[in-house]
Amino acid sequence: MLKKIAAGVAALAVGAGAAIAVAANLSGAGATFPAPVYAKWAEAYRAQTGNQLGGQAIGSGGGIRQINANTVDFGASDKPLKPDDLATNGLIQFPTVIGGVVPVVNIPGVAPGALKLTGPIVSDIFRGIIVYWDDPHITALNPGVSLPHLKITVVHRSDGSGTTFLFTTYLSMKARNWAAGPGGNDSVNWPTGIGGKGNDGVAAFVRQTPGAIGYVEYAYAKQNHMTFTLLQNKAGKFVQPLAANFAAAAAGANWAKAPGFYLLLLDQPAPDAWPITGATFILVHTKQANAQTGHDVLAFFDWAYKNGDAAAQGLDYVTFPESVKNLVRQAWRKVVGPDGKPVYS
Amino acid sequence: MTEVAMTAAAQPQAATDQRRVAPKGSGLEVAFEYVCFAAATLLLAALGGVLVSLLIGGWPAFAHFGVSFFTSSTWDPVNDEFGVAGPIVGTVVTSLLALLLAVPTAFGVAFFLVELCPGPLKRPIGTAVELLAGIPSIVYGMWGLFVFAPVFSKFVQLPLMTAAPPGSIWEKFTQGVPNGTGILAASIILAVMVLPFIAATMRELLNTVPAQVRESAYGLGATTGEVVMKVTLPYVRRGVIGAIMLGLGRALGETMAVTFIIGNSHGFPKSLFDAGSTIASTIANEFAEAAPGLHTASLIASGLVLFIITFIVLALARMMLGRQRSV
Repeated sequence: MLKKIAAGVAALAVGAGAAIAVAANLSGAGATFPAPVYAKWAEAYRAQTGNQLGGQAIGSGGGIRQINANTVDFGASDKPLKPDDLATNGLIQFPTVIGGVVPVVNIPGVAPGALKLTGPIVSDIFRGIIVYWDDPHITALNPGVSLPHLKITVVHRSDGSGTTFLFTTYLSMKARNWAAGPGGNDSVNWPTGIGGKGNDGVAAFVRQTPGAIGYVEYAYAKQNHMTFTLLQNKAGKFVQPLAANFAAAAAGANWAKAPGFYLLLLDQPAPDAWPITGATFILVHTKQANAQTGHDVLAFFDWAYKNGDAAAQGLDYVTFPESVKNLVRQAWRKVVGPDGKPVYS
Repeated sequence: MTEVAMTAAAQPQAATDQRRVAPKGSGLEVAFEYVCFAAATLLLAALGGVLVSLLIGGWPAFAHFGVSFFTSSTWDPVNDEFGVAGPIVGTVVTSLLALLLAVPTAFGVAFFLVELCPGPLKRPIGTAVELLAGIPSIVYGMWGLFVFAPVFSKFVQLPLMTAAPPGSIWEKFTQGVPNGTGILAASIILAVMVLPFIAATMRELLNTVPAQVRESAYGLGATTGEVVMKVTLPYVRRGVIGAIMLGLGRALGETMAVTFIIGNSHGFPKSLFDAGSTIASTIANEFAEAAPGLHTASLIASGLVLFIITFIVLALARMMLGRQRSV
């Protein structure tokens, strides 16, 4: 679905751009999760400046491959690259927007936000250790909720995705068994359960299977009114998946001390922080063969930082505070043209 | 067309002159031959190119895992351990089940259209079969997941599972989660997808049976059933096998529709309702996000495995056709 929207916007941009011959033409590829907001930004940016931006939402792995192969002007990834990988490939990365991952369930008689879960319990459910909803571990946490003796069906993503990366990395942080077993990655060796393709695939399986538990992106869960659960965060509080709580997780993070903006927002200590929060990133080469192209890419994201918050929030993404945006702007000075001068300042 | 006409016209003239005269427009003829030759070799080169690039891309996986790549059903991207036994079994089982369901139905459709169908119904049913063939596979997938799966779960899976006597083979084959997905659900969707191909080809084949042959059989007092089984079917047998293989080829390589409904679990499927995966669905699921290295190599290598399976199927079909030709 996201791919189609992005492709549609790109097609529109190409059609309209033919008339404006002087405009810059930028291309990017990568993550599907932020694709709707990038498409929206690109549309508004073209309307204002005439510069067009084509994006292919082909997945984070594809984005990283294509920026390394130099076939696109920027790459997009839901998973931050480690500082070493950035250095080897001559890239910088910076975060654009924040999203979160939300556990969703289908238990007859259980309302959205009624069920409380913790990281270790979710891990045991997804490892196939806890198999019934009336398991003592779950009922002890939820004294007021009547849980049926119903078998749990685990639903996970079948396609590799940043959503799975955040979810499984969180489980690895909270449960030693998970870290030693499946581990954290875009796709893992799931001990149990069935795989749905994309957020809509997971959502469909959860809806059709009484007793199911799955995980989807926050925006998807919200727009489809799914039965989300509460999760216990690092401060010990059971929090709701709300935009304010994602922002709380992001605000507590110290981006200034994260080299190369390599920072996961999982399990943050802030009292209201939603535990499975993550930023999505843009990758750009530090040495630009064409200074103008480098300038145009950074100018677009600068414009998006200044003017794009409302559009992002309208699509249920969380945006960064000005302090973090300014840190990113400082980092952009590392992007230089063939003459060694910063391309954008 | 004009070249052919000219050559034909030039021949009697050459015969009367008793001299070899180059026919008019022979330059064009040569160019035409070269174009045809180029088209054919381009196809061969493309096939060879695909094979070679699959081999090169998948080689790290073959070299690293050896035989266990084909026998192991572990698919663990975190620890870089890959084996395609699960997807191979899933591919073969779903395709064969799909054929098992589709072939008899396609026979029925084709024979009805050719032998029994009243005149005014012929066109609408024929067009419906052709339209069914034109629906994109993602539509089948979406339809399968959102429309077919709930119905299948309620009216097929649940009754079968509750009716199964404990401890029987029946129970073994029907265990799993009754959510409308799994091996059998994927096979049924595949069957719906390959049915129009097989049915449409069979209809064309049956139409090639000369009316005299059929009518003489009727004249000898054969019933419709006897005519079909003993006269028309043997007449088109070879073509029918070809049509079935065409359907099998499509079922083996089908990607999107299967991905939506098969449940996508990498192990061996344990029952008809268990989640499984096919080679094509695994590649579709994971290629976009696969990390460079063994993960990508394993996916490309599994593509080569699918290529080989399809090749074996086609070769078998050829062998069957060849044997019949000599009889």
